[in-house]
Amino acid sequence: MNGRRIEEGVFQGLMIASTLIIFLTLGMIIATVVAEGLPALSLQMITQTPQGGYYLGKEGGVLNAILGSLFLAGGASLLALVMSLPVVLYLNVYSHPRSPLSRFTRFSLDVLWGVPSIVYGAFGFTLMIALGLKASLLAGILTVALLVLPIMCRAMDEVMRMSPPELAEASYSLGATRLETALHILSRQCLPGIVTAVLLAFGRGIGDAASVILTAGFTDALPTSLLRPAATLPLAVFFQLGTPIPEVRERAYASALILTLLILLISLLSRLLARKFTRHVVR
Amino acid sequence: MDFKTHISVRDLSVSYGTAVALKNITVEIPEKKITAIIGPSGCGKSTLLKSFNRMIDLAEGARVSGAIVVDGENIFDPGVEVTAIRKKMGLLSQRPFVLPMSIYDNVAYGPRIHGTGSRKVLDPLVERYLREADLWEEVKDRLSQPASRLSVGQQQRLCLARGLAVEPEIILGDEPTSALDPKSSRKIEQRFLELKDDYTIVIVTHILRQAKRLADYVVFLYLGELIEAGPAQEIFRNPQKEMTREYIGGTIS
Amino acid sequence: MISFRLLKDRIARGGMLSVTLSVGVILFLVVAGLLVKSWPILSLKPLSSLLFSSAWRPNHGEFGFLPFLLGTIWVTAVAIVIAVPLCLLSAVYFSEYAPRLIRELSRPLVDVLAGIPSVVYGLWGVLVIVPLINGQIAPFFGSYSTGYCVLAGGAVLAIMIFPVIIHVSVEVFRSVPGEVREASLALGATRFQTVKFVVLRRALPGIIAAVVLGVSRAFGETMAVLMVAGNVPIIPRGIFDPAYPLPALIANNYGEMLSIPLYDSALLFASLVLFVVVIFFIVVSRLILKRIQARIE
Repeated sequence: MNGRRIEEGVFQGLMIASTLIIFLTLGMIIATVVAEGLPALSLQMITQTPQGGYYLGKEGGVLNAILGSLFLAGGASLLALVMSLPVVLYLNVYSHPRSPLSRFTRFSLDVLWGVPSIVYGAFGFTLMIALGLKASLLAGILTVALLVLPIMCRAMDEVMRMSPPELAEASYSLGATRLETALHILSRQCLPGIVTAVLLAFGRGIGDAASVILTAGFTDALPTSLLRPAATLPLAVFFQLGTPIPEVRERAYASALILTLLILLISLLSRLLARKFTRHVVR
Repeated sequence: MDFKTHISVRDLSVSYGTAVALKNITVEIPEKKITAIIGPSGCGKSTLLKSFNRMIDLAEGARVSGAIVVDGENIFDPGVEVTAIRKKMGLLSQRPFVLPMSIYDNVAYGPRIHGTGSRKVLDPLVERYLREADLWEEVKDRLSQPASRLSVGQQQRLCLARGLAVEPEIILGDEPTSALDPKSSRKIEQRFLELKDDYTIVIVTHILRQAKRLADYVVFLYLGELIEAGPAQEIFRNPQKEMTREYIGGTIS
Repeated sequence: MISFRLLKDRIARGGMLSVTLSVGVILFLVVAGLLVKSWPILSLKPLSSLLFSSAWRPNHGEFGFLPFLLGTIWVTAVAIVIAVPLCLLSAVYFSEYAPRLIRELSRPLVDVLAGIPSVVYGLWGVLVIVPLINGQIAPFFGSYSTGYCVLAGGAVLAIMIFPVIIHVSVEVFRSVPGEVREASLALGATRFQTVKFVVLRRALPGIIAAVVLGVSRAFGETMAVLMVAGNVPIIPRGIFDPAYPLPALIANNYGEMLSIPLYDSALLFASLVLFVVVIFFIVVSRLILKRIQARIE
């Protein structure tokens, strides 16, 4: 009898310890980023591009990377959205869940979801060369769009599948076409989920380095053209970290802080918007 | 009983895969009267109702043979526009399912998709149908609020208003009050009695007393077959078939 | 004469169908692209020499991937060894013991963990883990390490795969019906015994699926390991040795890709290998999870 009690106690202890370790690690990571990044964070960092001698410790900031990341992730998410919505609506409104097309598409999405981002980077690089593109914002957008498409599709699909079929039936029994049901009813019911999916994809796209390292290049300039290379925050962190000059390394920490804050903000925004759009959702 | 037929069911058979739900149903549904389809659970009542507005098309593996003629055309004809058929039939389901929009938009949804767009036309339309469903007084100050905030009884009346707004000729009710409390049930039943002057109403119900209260005409199904059909008076007082007698008497249910 | 509404419906359907078909096309293109670009090196060298040789001298046309494959395996193995016990214990805690408040709080926290980008993990690894290994851990075990080693890579990876394993495990535990637990407790078993003998047994396939999914994530992770694993193309002999995982190889050498003959084909072959391995793990994991889903229904 006592043996069991001890066993129970020991394992409860281990369990709580594990949970604490996991959360403490999260805390430590954020704390480190803040602690190291905050001192080096200045208005200059956010509002200027690297000036001459930036990489030697002189003036400038990472505005090029901030805007580059935003444009790249934004463009990629938009592209992915334009593709995801039709796919998910088709799968949930027009085709039968057990049809071969349905199953194959969902399987393809599952596979694409799991592909490591470096493989997308390598594929994007190949595509880039085949299309005659140089390392550019456009190449980066295309590659990241590929990366986030399955993430967006899966998130949207999951929400739509949970929508009660009776809702669509109510629409059909009023004489609506499938398109009308998809656009007016299903999309409205799933709006919070759709918004969350887009922001989830955006967050993933903005933080990924492996997909852009081969395709978007890097530059000190602001992203003004689709055909020129674009800087991204993850790469800015990576490059600045690799120098022996301490001031530049500190800027890497600051850039990492900026990136982390951006992502946390997007996460927060996603929750707020989802709640806002739940107004009309039928349980 | 003298009546004009509105829906003529001719030799209708429906099966889901290998399971037969309806076998050779032939029956006439009278115009501008309340017809109650009764029978024990699983006898095919809902399937018959779903065939009327071709919602049966959405069921996986459903196969239909035979014809249903409404206003001179067979609704299963390949050339027929399904959306037009459904517009003719308003459906009230067992569990009210409001659309994810405001109360106003719920009622306006039908007219909007069928072409009516302007607020000038929609405003009086929404009010009219909410009145017909006996819901106007309760919601007139909060038309822009989400419909999901209404009580179940109110939601069912909203679904009635929504269904009426597409100006159907026929109202179909699939156990329309079984999810409601007695007070709301009575309200819905009241509406049906008043609406039958303008619409043909077909309701499926397993509550015999409800059928007795409402029906002018009764159709009795058992295990997918039509056992008996006729004016309510005759069926309830003097049923011809043994099985009908047993069901009405309560021996089988 | 078809009405305008129905026409819209039909056109929309056609449009959506084409986009849906293109998903399959994309998958095909990715696979085909990798295969086509790997072909040059595959046709010149036998597969076994690519996979099992450790001679890596691209300038001399030698492409032995063994150090990188083993590097990836080492780092992943360390990550799994660290992550699985921690995650399982936490998952059990969340689903069986934790009060509602903690459960609610933890979900967004795990989400945040999942959202942190790879570079930030790498940065933290460089700032915290690497010095820790160099200064404390390696000497404690009587050896020396620069800190950029298998252990660093594995530790960082472990944290990165926490969310995946925890999330799937919790879902799997949740799928075990409450009646089963109640039956065990009613027989007088302790909470923990219920977990050990009843819940875990039913959840075992799902847990395996979760771990497999974690492995697939760890295998493909690039940035964080690139920053802490050392990137020396030798076969690691211990956890304090540097390693050069496959994704890091690809990411690091894109500059030289086009200047050395066959290098680009070699790196795309590496991508192909990654793709195949990761997809294999994911498909296995999905199959297990689907079977569990089916059993519930």
